[in-house]
Amino acid sequence: MWTGIMVPLRQELMVTLILFLLLFIKVGASEYRTGTILRLVNILLLANLVLGFFPCPDATLFNGMFHTGRLIVLEKNILNLGTLIVSLLAYDWLKEHRQALEFYMLLLATLTGFFFMISSGNLLMFYLGLELSTIPLTALSGFDLEKKQSSEAALKFIISSAFSSALLLFGISLLYGATGSLGFDAIPRRLDGSAFQLFAFILLLSGFAFKISVVPFHLWTADVYEGSPVAVTAYLSVISKGAVFFIFIQALYTVFRPLAGNWNRMLILLSVLTMLTGNLFALRQNNLKRLLAFSSITQSGFILAGITGSSRAGDASVIYFILIYIFSNLGAFGVVSLISAQTGRENIDDYKGLYAANPLLSWVMAISLFSLAGIPPTAGFFGKFFLLMAGAGRGNYVFIGIAALNMVIALYYYLRVIKAIFMDSQPQPIGKLKIPLLPNIAFGLCVAGILVTGVMGWVYDYIYSLSIGF
Amino acid sequence: MPVAPYLLIVLVPLLPLVGFVVLGLFGRRYLRAFSGLFATGLVFLSTVIALSVAYDYYFISGAGPDSVYHSAKVLNIHWLSFGPDFSIDMDLLVDPISVMMAVIVSLISLMVHIFSLGYMKGEERYATYYAYLSLFTFSMLGLVLSANLLETYIFWELVGCSSYLLIGFYYDRPAAVAAAKKAFIVTRFADLGFLIGILVLSFQAQTLDLRNLIQILGPGGQSLADALLVPGNKGSFLGISALSWGLTLVFIGGAGKSALFPLHIWLPDAMEGPTPVSALIHAATMVVAGVYLVARLYPLYTATPNVAEIILWVGAISAFVPAVIACTQTDIKRILAYSTLSQIGYMMFALGASGFTASLFHLFTHAFFKALLFLCAGVIIHRVHSNEMKDMGGLRRLLPVTHVCFLIACLAIAGIPPFSGFFSKEEILAVAWENNPFIYAIGLVTSGLTAYYMFRLYFSVFWRKTPAHEGLHHGEAPASMKIPLIILAIGAAFAGFIPFSRFITPDGRPGEAPAFGLNVIPPVFIALLGIGIAAWLYGKESNRPEKAAKALRGLYTFAYHKFYIDEIWLFITKKIIFNLIGRPAAWIDRNIVDGFMNGLASATAGVSAATKGVQSGKVQDYAWFFFMGIAGLAILFIYLYT
Repeated sequence: MWTGIMVPLRQELMVTLILFLLLFIKVGASEYRTGTILRLVNILLLANLVLGFFPCPDATLFNGMFHTGRLIVLEKNILNLGTLIVSLLAYDWLKEHRQALEFYMLLLATLTGFFFMISSGNLLMFYLGLELSTIPLTALSGFDLEKKQSSEAALKFIISSAFSSALLLFGISLLYGATGSLGFDAIPRRLDGSAFQLFAFILLLSGFAFKISVVPFHLWTADVYEGSPVAVTAYLSVISKGAVFFIFIQALYTVFRPLAGNWNRMLILLSVLTMLTGNLFALRQNNLKRLLAFSSITQSGFILAGITGSSRAGDASVIYFILIYIFSNLGAFGVVSLISAQTGRENIDDYKGLYAANPLLSWVMAISLFSLAGIPPTAGFFGKFFLLMAGAGRGNYVFIGIAALNMVIALYYYLRVIKAIFMDSQPQPIGKLKIPLLPNIAFGLCVAGILVTGVMGWVYDYIYSLSIGF
Repeated sequence: MPVAPYLLIVLVPLLPLVGFVVLGLFGRRYLRAFSGLFATGLVFLSTVIALSVAYDYYFISGAGPDSVYHSAKVLNIHWLSFGPDFSIDMDLLVDPISVMMAVIVSLISLMVHIFSLGYMKGEERYATYYAYLSLFTFSMLGLVLSANLLETYIFWELVGCSSYLLIGFYYDRPAAVAAAKKAFIVTRFADLGFLIGILVLSFQAQTLDLRNLIQILGPGGQSLADALLVPGNKGSFLGISALSWGLTLVFIGGAGKSALFPLHIWLPDAMEGPTPVSALIHAATMVVAGVYLVARLYPLYTATPNVAEIILWVGAISAFVPAVIACTQTDIKRILAYSTLSQIGYMMFALGASGFTASLFHLFTHAFFKALLFLCAGVIIHRVHSNEMKDMGGLRRLLPVTHVCFLIACLAIAGIPPFSGFFSKEEILAVAWENNPFIYAIGLVTSGLTAYYMFRLYFSVFWRKTPAHEGLHHGEAPASMKIPLIILAIGAAFAGFIPFSRFITPDGRPGEAPAFGLNVIPPVFIALLGIGIAAWLYGKESNRPEKAAKALRGLYTFAYHKFYIDEIWLFITKKIIFNLIGRPAAWIDRNIVDGFMNGLASATAGVSAATKGVQSGKVQDYAWFFFMGIAGLAILFIYLYT
């Protein structure tokens, strides 16, 4: 009986266990060395990642509240991998931070929330998971304790989240009123596309759209990304977003399948708006974190384009893209984080002439940006290619054309950064920086992921074999 | 799972690749003097493996119980997959053609590797040379063994690239650089056709795999083939069916690489590369890639008679025109280059005349005698330090071994029995006779011209006059250069006795060896006539050649200038393409494309500035937008658009 619960829940349990272990250290140990703790946590996260790869049966627990299967475990593994990389990258910043342990407690709490959210089989469970992750996340974004900007980000984040959650809950309650159930398997049977149901769906959609920063629900993104510590920004932009995308696509493809015709049109509109807005704002940014924030908004638009394919290829391409996006975005954020932690400089102009003293960082940055821009042979190209192919599967060629045009616009601001690094010079370039071991490992992982994932066809094949669609 | 049969063949292309990587990375610094031996050793291994696999395939396990040679796929690697049923694989195909090609390529490559040990000794970039040579060997072997069209194309380009490197090996000579560039551009131009052809074929058949492709599109396949053949039906363009388009475009790609008329102009210039390279690339292996490609897709070509007709005529012209040009040239390597062109023309028109076995047989024997001729030329040039025929003469005493080998090769190429060229050329002429007497006549005349210009070369190099410089004490050449000559001479002399049709036929079913009757008399007679004229004109020093040239002055100058084909191409590219296409394209690029991009950029910047206000930083504004978003979606999708 116990194994029946323990095995499907093992990833959640493991994360919670680590969380409690850290809590005991915090409360129990009178004195500890931050560096040692950080290494320990990273090893535990690695163990957590490895644990996820053990085979897992399909299971439904707690009266359908929680369900899991190979696809969901794969998604959790992707999140685990991303969390590990974020944690490795944050080492440099955290070892100087007096509250490093709390950082991990909050981080792991959000991860637990994401896991329950992805596995949820009921809208209530979904909401609980979402909130379990959101509230610690807002605390995390205020984690640069000395910076006013960071507190501002946290405040803006929690107010916006509260607003969005309220509307999301409203949508859930309306949906309950319309269908008489909150269970994922019961709802689709009672959906008929009436105006009332559609309104409830739009409210729900706005809640999702807020999390994955889709225009016009994205406005918090730039401020929060800019104000938060870089590690938190990185986490927000890939893990948080990835998790919500996973459950979003699952909900669209299974729960809201009867409304496919309606949401398809909505997503196309939102996707175009998102890509355009993200790009237009990214063009004008000088702060690198803000630039990456807007670029991540644009990437959300691309992912929406893949979702509109509403086929197995759509599902597979989204998951595949998020995997690659973790490598590319974390590679870029990692470099920004390291430079920001050691020099405090975050503007594009500060990066001029970076190549002279820091060739390794420059190459990591360049490869990551190439992948974000979708230039072959980096994995980012394959990710975008599959997304657009999936989107084109429905025959919306004009839409896909707009998406392709947006890739061109995006190229401009990515190349601007690369140009600054490799070709420009300035009177006081950033000097030679020390790269500690753990961030170095993370860079290695990111670069290897970017260069290898794309050309290894079986990765996509494997994801495809697990995907859902219709 | 049982071990896949013939798995060893994977090593055949892989070993030269190892050679390239090792020499490329460490050759110049650490291996310098040993790099030649190292590369040669690897190629030797891969030749041995190729031979053993060939023995296994042809004599032991290749033929099924019905004694038909079946093809087998070795190594099946999914490389890139686009969805569940369309993927690009990396795999190797083992069938009678690919095994035969693998043997030829590795064997000739080995000979050239050995020969170069002596020939390139003391060269500044010795290690680099061997690295390039290994790269070429790898890509050529990959090309002949690959099992799908895209893989073929990748290796095809790799071959072109390594050939570029080798032609331009003496990069301090402007002529070599120009020749490399010319070869690259001309073949690239043709490769474009190949690529589009691949796209057309694979799009129609929904597969890139060669065997499936042939099965789906070939005769007796599914009804798809019939549908595609009809002009005006699915995929047709300008009244020509899709299949014909695809196959013609692929043939253009092959014609570029095989230097068929009128894309042949790069090959004579490519002789600027080191002579062993010419033997390997521009005689025995790379230039027959086009023949190989057409042979690969042979069932498709037989199904499209109009394309086969094109191949027939392009082949015949390519056999005849270069032979005429060769009669007037004075540079020894250029003569050999033109003779290569002419022989490839033979192979091509044989394919067009449905002489599959004959064509590949000629490819096989040609590899031996042409490589031999080039290596002999290498020895001669090494000794005389000149490419010009007038600087040679009477070399038979100085270079006795080379002399005998060269003579054997000349007899073989002229088609004198019982040397190898006789058998293969006889078969080609036989199929031409059955197919089209006019083509047969062209073949016959060309065969006479071949005998004439080869023996013109032979007599001017080895007879005609007594050598001015006595150098007997130098010795002829190092053993490393003589051994390949002797091995190849044995091949050139006896390869014709191999019962080729037993092994290689279009359907894998062993065929009967063709019986030679009285029809061998005309070609042999004409060849002997050619030799006789050459002996009369060039056997001794005299003014007969000048007189003959004067008598045929118009034709002679015309042929001497290679029929002005280079000039025609120059005119087409410089005057027509640059002015009519290049300049307008540049204008469009500058004003319309760039203009659009600049417009896009400034429009984007404008919109970007205009919408700045949205991102105000005030949370209440954000909430307002959020709410408006929901309202907007609701109005749009619930009330306006249901």
